[in-house]
Amino acid sequence: MTDDSKPISRKAFIEELRRYQKGSVTRRHFLGVTGLGTAMAVMGGSMPALLPGRARAADLGNRVVLATWPNYHDPANFDDFADKFGVYTQVNVFGSNEEMLAKIQAGGSGWDVFVPTNYAIQTYVDADLIEPLDLSKIPNYDPASFDPRFAVAGTIDGKVYAVPKNWGTTGIAFNSKKTGGVVDSWKTFFDGARDQFDGRVMVHDYQLTTIGNALVYFGHSFNSVDPSDLADAEKLLLDVKPHLYAISSDYQPAMRNGDAWLTMCWTGDGKQMHTDMPEIGFALGKEGGEIWSDYYAIPKDAPHREAAYALINFLLDPQVNAKEALAHGYPVADKRVNDLLPEELLDDPILYPAAEALAPLEFGAAVTLTDPNRAELMARFKSA
Amino acid sequence: MAITRRQARALLLTPAGLWYAALLLLPLAVVLIFSFGERSPIGGYAPGFTLEQYANLPSRFAAFRNTLTLAPLGTVAALLIAYPLAYFLALRVDPKWKTLLLVLVIVPFWTSILIRSYAWIFLLGGKGIPALLAQFGLEDIRLLNTPFAVLLGIVYGYLPLMVFPIYVALEKLDKRLLEAAADLGTPPWRSFLQITLPLSMPGVLTGSMLVFILLMGEFLIPSILGGGKVFFIGNAMVDLFLQSRNWAFGSAVAVALVVIMLITVAIYSRLIKRFGASRDDVGLM
Repeated sequence: MTDDSKPISRKAFIEELRRYQKGSVTRRHFLGVTGLGTAMAVMGGSMPALLPGRARAADLGNRVVLATWPNYHDPANFDDFADKFGVYTQVNVFGSNEEMLAKIQAGGSGWDVFVPTNYAIQTYVDADLIEPLDLSKIPNYDPASFDPRFAVAGTIDGKVYAVPKNWGTTGIAFNSKKTGGVVDSWKTFFDGARDQFDGRVMVHDYQLTTIGNALVYFGHSFNSVDPSDLADAEKLLLDVKPHLYAISSDYQPAMRNGDAWLTMCWTGDGKQMHTDMPEIGFALGKEGGEIWSDYYAIPKDAPHREAAYALINFLLDPQVNAKEALAHGYPVADKRVNDLLPEELLDDPILYPAAEALAPLEFGAAVTLTDPNRAELMARFKSA
Repeated sequence: MAITRRQARALLLTPAGLWYAALLLLPLAVVLIFSFGERSPIGGYAPGFTLEQYANLPSRFAAFRNTLTLAPLGTVAALLIAYPLAYFLALRVDPKWKTLLLVLVIVPFWTSILIRSYAWIFLLGGKGIPALLAQFGLEDIRLLNTPFAVLLGIVYGYLPLMVFPIYVALEKLDKRLLEAAADLGTPPWRSFLQITLPLSMPGVLTGSMLVFILLMGEFLIPSILGGGKVFFIGNAMVDLFLQSRNWAFGSAVAVALVVIMLITVAIYSRLIKRFGASRDDVGLM
């Protein structure tokens, strides 16, 4: 993986400028490598008057606001979208479905497209915050080519409210140099946190996964809202808390610099870290855990609805979606996309685990997200 | 048609009155009303009248305790560092360097506190200061995600707010008083304790109050340098509004915080009166 965030050196910048002036590279290449393209896109985005006036732009407007998760897109695709449609994508990144729900519930989020997870969609529909999609505006969505396991949650009462983006799991990332091998059970995760991995373990700042995996430790369901099950989980979490390195969903920096050895981890983060540092591995808890799928949806009060449809349709284009998958390392449920992906990605056990590893995993349920007792348990755990 | 004095006064007060009503009273009223309500089933606020939220306040004991220990501690630490610095800037430094040095105190404010706090993550993380300490045989020192890291972060972040009020107070100090004291044979340490320190008290109190009030509502630095383990009231509120979506309880916590602040400010004004500061001195901030 190349590091695009590194600024270009002065010398390299001048070299690129000369190449561009001589005509040996295109303007686009020049803007891309020097970072000027991004700079212009950002500045242009904040000054709409400067944007190119295109015929097509008239019906779509010139911007679309996307609320999504960290490390979940290929930025180059947004540049292409802007090139093709004159619409700039403004990306807002969130840490949890609860946070997204809170923003939309408060009203006036200003979002056009957002990325709810399977279990959240029912809540948005019940609260009348999203509306059925007009599928005629998303011709790239072909239901037949999607694995139904990862598409079913988008349809409620026969109406399609959301179309599938990616799916994945919530497992364990471990630094094998420090842990001395694979960690593939929540038993080792939570017991080790109080023992041989003292001060080196991270849990998500997200009730659904942190409480869910603590429940799985006891052999309870990931989705349990039973008071006595939750009491078990709370006892475990409070007991482990003083030994944790941190409670945070931003675990990549701490894992990469070696401060943390073990963390709850989503598929793509595991893949990204493993690619850069092979000693960091990713495994699913053998007792169980979470399997999930994310979707694109449009809030009822979306200010740029047409642009929202255009963006979703663009990102579901198999060619574009394949580039997304290569960048973020989350599996795709669309077989048209999988046909385009390199063989080694499809054989990668992090992205596409064997069926028997997936078998004990559970999809999150709607009530798991909204149960007030789970929310309060997490808040008590954090403020203890 | 002439308007009476009374009418004129009312008219002139209207803009300020509206400002207070819209930006101070209205939000406070909303928070107060919410604090007696309930959490709606999927989160948010549901109308009601219950004292349940207030009864639940002890469940956030640790957050109140962390805030009420680290905020005063941070204020005192900032004061102990800021006073000598302000003293040096106001009374000791060559005037031609003064402006430059004052600007240097403000320079950090040109960058967002978020970015500066992130820089501390690297300094305090395993490959930063602890790695350096390991060279001297101090193995396995953990700094990041501890109360110490949070304390360091808040002192670092708020130091300039402490330096300036003290600097202004010391700058205004009538130097002739010190000369007179010296002429009469008072040793420097006594004239500092009897003249300089008392006369700079308004600055000390203003700076302390400014820093303390901001620290009470702090949430950014604890969440970045405390790793979600050193929890302030501010973090509890962010969580209640943005994660568990219990707006009613979040409002009750906010009301409790406002009450604590009011008590502190009351004590503060008592102190100000005791040190006989004039209105102008208090208005430094």
